Amino acid sequence: MNTVSSFNRRDFLRLSGVTCSGLILGFSAEAETSSPENFNPDVFLTLEPSGTIHIYAHRSEMGTGIRTVLPMVVADELGADWDDVDIRQATGDKKFGSQNTDGSRSIWKFFDRMRTAGATAGFLLNQAAAARWNVDPSTCRRDASHVIHKASGKRIAFKELVGEAAKLPLPKADELTFKAPEERTYIGKGKKVVDFADMVSGKAVFGADIRLPNMLFAVVERSPVLGAKWKDFDKEAPLKVKGVNQVVTITPYKAPHAFQALGGIAVLADHTHAAIKGREKLNTQWGTSEHDHYDSDAYRDELLATAEKEGTVVRHKGDYKEAIKGLTTHSASYYTPHLLHQPMEPPVATADFKDGRCIVWAPTQNPQAAQDAVAAALEIPASQVTVHVTLLGGGFGRKSKPDYVAEAALLSQKVGRPVQVVWTREDDIQHDYFHSVAALKLEAGLDKKGYPEAWSMRTVFPSISSTFAEGVVQASAGEMGLGFSDLPFDVPHILCENGPAPAHVRIGWLRSVANIQHAFAIHSFVDELAAKAGIDPLAYLNRVIGRDRKIDLKAEGADYPNYGAPLEKYPVDTARLKHVLNTAAKDADWGRQLPVGQGQGIAVHRSFLSYIAIAVRVRVLGRKVVIEQVDLAIDCGLAVHPERIRSQMEGSVVFGISLAMMGKATMKNGAVDQSNFHDAPVARITDAKTKINVTLVQSEAPPGGVGEPGVPPFAPALCNAIFAATGKRVRSLPIKEHDLSEA
Amino acid sequence: MTTLTIDGHVVETDEKDMPLLWFLRDKLQKTGTRFGCGKGLCGTCTVLVDNHAVRSCQFPVFALDGKKVTTIEGLSEHGDHPLQKAWQEKNVPQCGYCQGGQILSAVALLNSDPNPTDEAIDNAMVGNICRCGTYGRIREAIKSVQGGSQ
Ligand code: FES
Ligand code: FES
Repeated sequence: MNTVSSFNRRDFLRLSGVTCSGLILGFSAEAETSSPENFNPDVFLTLEPSGTIHIYAHRSEMGTGIRTVLPMVVADELGADWDDVDIRQATGDKKFGSQNTDGSRSIWKFFDRMRTAGATAGFLLNQAAAARWNVDPSTCRRDASHVIHKASGKRIAFKELVGEAAKLPLPKADELTFKAPEERTYIGKGKKVVDFADMVSGKAVFGADIRLPNMLFAVVERSPVLGAKWKDFDKEAPLKVKGVNQVVTITPYKAPHAFQALGGIAVLADHTHAAIKGREKLNTQWGTSEHDHYDSDAYRDELLATAEKEGTVVRHKGDYKEAIKGLTTHSASYYTPHLLHQPMEPPVATADFKDGRCIVWAPTQNPQAAQDAVAAALEIPASQVTVHVTLLGGGFGRKSKPDYVAEAALLSQKVGRPVQVVWTREDDIQHDYFHSVAALKLEAGLDKKGYPEAWSMRTVFPSISSTFAEGVVQASAGEMGLGFSDLPFDVPHILCENGPAPAHVRIGWLRSVANIQHAFAIHSFVDELAAKAGIDPLAYLNRVIGRDRKIDLKAEGADYPNYGAPLEKYPVDTARLKHVLNTAAKDADWGRQLPVGQGQGIAVHRSFLSYIAIAVRVRVLGRKVVIEQVDLAIDCGLAVHPERIRSQMEGSVVFGISLAMMGKATMKNGAVDQSNFHDAPVARITDAKTKINVTLVQSEAPPGGVGEPGVPPFAPALCNAIFAATGKRVRSLPIKEHDLSEA
Repeated sequence: MTTLTIDGHVVETDEKDMPLLWFLRDKLQKTGTRFGCGKGLCGTCTVLVDNHAVRSCQFPVFALDGKKVTTIEGLSEHGDHPLQKAWQEKNVPQCGYCQGGQILSAVALLNSDPNPTDEAIDNAMVGNICRCGTYGRIREAIKSVQGGSQ
């Protein structure tokens, strides 16, 4: 990673448009200053003679604080005074590397890159100062936007050096030096999130806040069943609604749907309300689709039946079938339903197509994918598409799929005016890229004490790959690596299989993805085994994880992608796994005496290169489950911004409460049953009453992911606690569908 | 003709059934008040009408004749209402989208009950969804200004 960008520093950045405060009225393609006096040593960084240091945030802000945290890493290595830093949001542009803010990888993928940007600029500033003072550059250090000569105490501000530094040749990678951990000023401590002031005063600019002259607001009627086309609709009636301007169609997608606009009928109006009212008058008649018969209740039975049959082997260690002979066995099946993203800000995008060029503003997790989707939809080169990234009112994976951006672009091209496409909550819920419904079957052969000698599991769910290719029924290697083929248990015989499952709705990734179903099943099942053996779950789990080791998954029969990270740098480390487990247990005062009706449950899971354990204490009153205590321990390696890590952990637990207690989407005759928060509820303040206690484990390991890994262990920890309280085992989600009052 | 005061400005309009939410956002270009559900279910669009928290997606403009509306943009001149300060102090926001509505619900609560119990906080805030899950910090921020609101 430690390579210096070959970006030509005379070719100054032209990153204009969105700042994250204040409204944007109109757009100037050349708004960026490109004064020759600026010092632009790296694509991520420009220093002005005025003293302002522009740092480009190339990842999308959806609540993790990444817009603050990555620039903070640059500033630390540079030795910048944080008050001098001006953060600018980058447009979608491959020169920044991946901008796909997804997979909890912004920090681990870009930590070294950001330090390199800061160190490169710092190296040149040191050289410029040293030349002035006629001293050795290595005797200079940097602090508070000054270069300081250690021996003499001489100081000079960066801004004085900008002109000279800009003329120096870029350093080679091996010439760069980096701060030692104890010299760091911001990394590991954190800075206040730069967008807070705007967020609490209504000034922050989210997707729907773009206002362009002459802009129309659009809502689109899309087929309730994937793949159906309209037969007929009333083109005139919407026009009678005051404010409606026109009704146009968007051509249905060509399979596979991927990130294309779904297609449908758009009502465009002077304001959103008229567009919504106009759409109600369309009276659309829809044709048939191959998915007309999709019924998610029937599909559940189908998936559970598939999970009973042999599937494709994705990991085999030892000889499961031989080993299981003669052993006492225990088996169980688990089920998780389709889940919804439901970001508070529904999808929305604004596009302005003019003279073969398209400029869009969107709350997107992946501006480069949006750029490509728009280019493909409009049949123009990607170079003619500019994607400005606004703040995201939540993403959770939904907003890395730019179908809604393509819609805005297509409509703007069609009507020759800027268009903002607004998705209502109903649109969001009914046309989501749903988290996969899933069934799992687990079986263990047990030794005399009740510990597993042999472990098998089969997972069956429609794959995300079905979104990108027709006819896919098998999960991808990537999905198998999400808490399934990487089972970290010290069991001599392990067999992991995947069964076929066709998709009947759009399938997409949701915060922590297939880890949701895998962690739920695995960590519930291990709790079942502990109960069967009559052993305390914590002790049992420690023993099943086994001795300290870095698991060689290849030798254990798995082709494990490890989230795209090298296993040498990010091994599957059982010592770290047990450490967080025992930390959470200690925080929870595990094993203490509890009143009748209360219980504790625990689960530990590694995902996105981080290790997280959660202990939950519940009180069950009739059908009511009250979460009394949550203790979470995380080892994410170096904690770059501890406060934002805690905040992500708290949010992950609440996300876990939503999905475990009440989350689901169902389909009948191919169409989604739910429509808004009344029938697709998410956790409210009354569902998350208890304080969530987060312990950050001190770690020397390189940084791992944070946005997603807090989610998977919550549901099994909660269900294990319910078992401890009631003796009832919850093997399907959501919990609210179980009557826990009758034991 | 409907006359109402919005963030200290007198506004006259002949819009009738347009919900206040869209009137603010699309007619007045005041986009600080946000859309989350359009059905009174999420609280994202909360504003104060004569100091009571209401869901602006549910109030047609004509129903507000003579009323005083405060949006998150008009709550304080410099974003320094005690609750806005507490929200930053306690690092409440994640994505930030729901937070304007959350703050205004909290303002209405403290106006009527300067020292709310946990239960009173629950009752006042249960209509405001935060999908990012910032509830614990919202509760802490409200408690930190108990009795300290204007
Ligand atoms: S948008 Fe008004 S309550 Fe949800
Ligand atoms: S902070 Fe994101 S919805 Fe509340």
